[in-house]
Amino acid sequence: MIRLRSVARELWQVASIPLLAIVLAFIVAAVVVVISSTFTSTGFDVFLPFGAYASLLAGAFGSGTALSNTLVAAAPLILGGLAVGLGFKAGLFNIGVAGQFLVGAFASAVVGSSLATSPTPVGMPLAVVAGAVAGAAFGFIPGFLKARTGAHEVVTTIMLNNAAVLLLTWAVNDLVRAPGFSFPRTGDIGNSALPILLGRNVHLGIPLAVLTVFAVRWVLDRTTIGFEIRTVGQNPNAARYAGMRPVFITALTMTLSGLLAGLAGAIQMLGVIGFYAPGITASVGFDSIAVALLGRSDPIGILFAAILFGAFRAGAPLMQIETSVPIEVIDIIQALVILFLAADLIVRRVFRVRAAKPVISELATVTQTWAGGTSPAEPS
Amino acid sequence: MEVVGTLVRLIWELGVYLVTVLPDLLPIILALATPLALGALCGVLNERSGVVNIGIEGIMLMAAFFGYLTGFALHDAMGSGPSIALGILIAVLVGALLGVLYAWLTVSVRADQIIAGTMMNIAAFGVTGYLNRLVITPSGRGGAGVITPFHLPDQIANLPLVGPILVMFFDQGPIAMSLVFIVIALQLALFRTRWGLRTRAVGEHPKAADTVGIDVYRQRYLNVILGCAFAGLAGAFLTLESTGSFQNGMTNGRGFIALAAMIFGRWTPIGAFAGALLFGTATALGVVVAVRVPEGDLGGIMRSIPSYWYAALPYLMTIVILAGVVGRSTPPAADGVPYVKEGKG
Repeated sequence: MIRLRSVARELWQVASIPLLAIVLAFIVAAVVVVISSTFTSTGFDVFLPFGAYASLLAGAFGSGTALSNTLVAAAPLILGGLAVGLGFKAGLFNIGVAGQFLVGAFASAVVGSSLATSPTPVGMPLAVVAGAVAGAAFGFIPGFLKARTGAHEVVTTIMLNNAAVLLLTWAVNDLVRAPGFSFPRTGDIGNSALPILLGRNVHLGIPLAVLTVFAVRWVLDRTTIGFEIRTVGQNPNAARYAGMRPVFITALTMTLSGLLAGLAGAIQMLGVIGFYAPGITASVGFDSIAVALLGRSDPIGILFAAILFGAFRAGAPLMQIETSVPIEVIDIIQALVILFLAADLIVRRVFRVRAAKPVISELATVTQTWAGGTSPAEPS
Repeated sequence: MEVVGTLVRLIWELGVYLVTVLPDLLPIILALATPLALGALCGVLNERSGVVNIGIEGIMLMAAFFGYLTGFALHDAMGSGPSIALGILIAVLVGALLGVLYAWLTVSVRADQIIAGTMMNIAAFGVTGYLNRLVITPSGRGGAGVITPFHLPDQIANLPLVGPILVMFFDQGPIAMSLVFIVIALQLALFRTRWGLRTRAVGEHPKAADTVGIDVYRQRYLNVILGCAFAGLAGAFLTLESTGSFQNGMTNGRGFIALAAMIFGRWTPIGAFAGALLFGTATALGVVVAVRVPEGDLGGIMRSIPSYWYAALPYLMTIVILAGVVGRSTPPAADGVPYVKEGKG
């Protein structure tokens, strides 16, 4: 009994600030919805947020279809969140998940469509691997640049996101455009699709994403590489004096992070989208950052946070149809959650809680490498 | 040997091409560089006082939207001129207000600066997308109008050598036209005035500055707010002077390119301006190559490069410049480090 209570207390210590941050974000977003309702045709409506949140919930959990939509939306977020979270562990901020996701989706679409008629056990795994490898290669670029030259990954990954959109559009137009369609796109993935396990759309990628959570956790907690990643994130100088190779670890972590993001693109392509066309937008990029922060960059925390944001994404369309509150309110809620996590002081004041600080301590390293101007290659 | 000859000829042709094309491009280059330069000035002011700001992108986007919204709402009532002027004012004000929020987060609460900046970017994307769908899209009305750029008289524009330069700086709307003066003023202010000395002091060694009686918090607040007002002006330029319309996410990475321009310019206003011009030139060349292709082999090569590659050029250039410059330039020593007053731990 006592033991149970102390476990509960410990859990509250870890989870209270994130949970309360979500609650507060919903309250503030409700105020935004009420105020902005004056500009709409229906006019000022105090109860609009209640209706909106009710249909958001209904769209996310209200039925079997809604639940499976939530799981499908959560799967890429789990992998994207792990990508950002793994970066955090090494003191790196990978904002490039959006680009790595697109590159991964593109690669698996190309490989998948070229193997569209071969049996699933051949085409599907190859397409998944292609996406992961492409994402890893695309993550390696900023990792290598950071390690060698000190160019901060926050700027280089954002620039690579923009470049990826343009260059993939070119690739679809000029290199791999499938004949017989009125718009540029790749061929269909056919047999390379991830098998549907349950209902209409619960595909194999979902258990794969959950398994990856435990794989990443194992790597971080039980392997030498994981230990080195965490040490470099906590204190690059100490890691160097202990004989570790921060340059190598930095490049490796960004590559692994890109691999996870590419995998997210691959399962989204092979489980949901089915072909690559320019204009595929990846809200996964920013969502993953929120997921990683909310999960405190801990794999299990990320799993729960991803399911939560998956529920938002799955429920939002119904909300927009039923109450005409724009989908973008989810982005606002997301930003507010990050705001309240970054400035947890607000949450503490409002709810009068005393809980552990929800900091990801490695974030200090992220900012330091920006301003320090020194690359991990040169001892400071 | 033949390869070298061909290469030399190609480089020669490229040089000739640039010399013939550049004079016509100059005004476009300055227009493209304006939002980047203003964003970079925001970065300079912030980081010189010790605050890293990667939220410039978001602040630009918010200001662009609210400036546009103001112009859009008042266009019919007030007429184009006053409504645009008011829109610019609102945009600058929105920038400054977001600066207050950002300063509070980073200076007072000491939130992680990279996360706070990311939050600004996501929030801006959400808020502008939300209101755009709610207010502007359903109205179906026309835009907020756009500033018609000034034109120099032909006698002056046709002067040899000086003409194109004058055209570059004066065939512009008011924001782009005032950019040069803002850059020079800030350069002088940062290195020749008491305010500038204090700014640099709190950015390099806040503790020493505190000891001699400079209020570190106040100085940082001031700089962040002022800087963000310039980012707001950049936003106003995008919607009210350059395009006359608003699209979701229209800043399109400019806030981050601005940061690269700032680093390229080694945290000085004039250097940042030069960096912005470089990016403006890259973008302008990518556009013009499609329209005015040179003759000969060079033209063949240029034509064979797909337009998407030209469009990606500024982004790729940002990466190359960062990788090449960042290791050899020194940011302010206390950049990104929150200051804790003694006894206030």
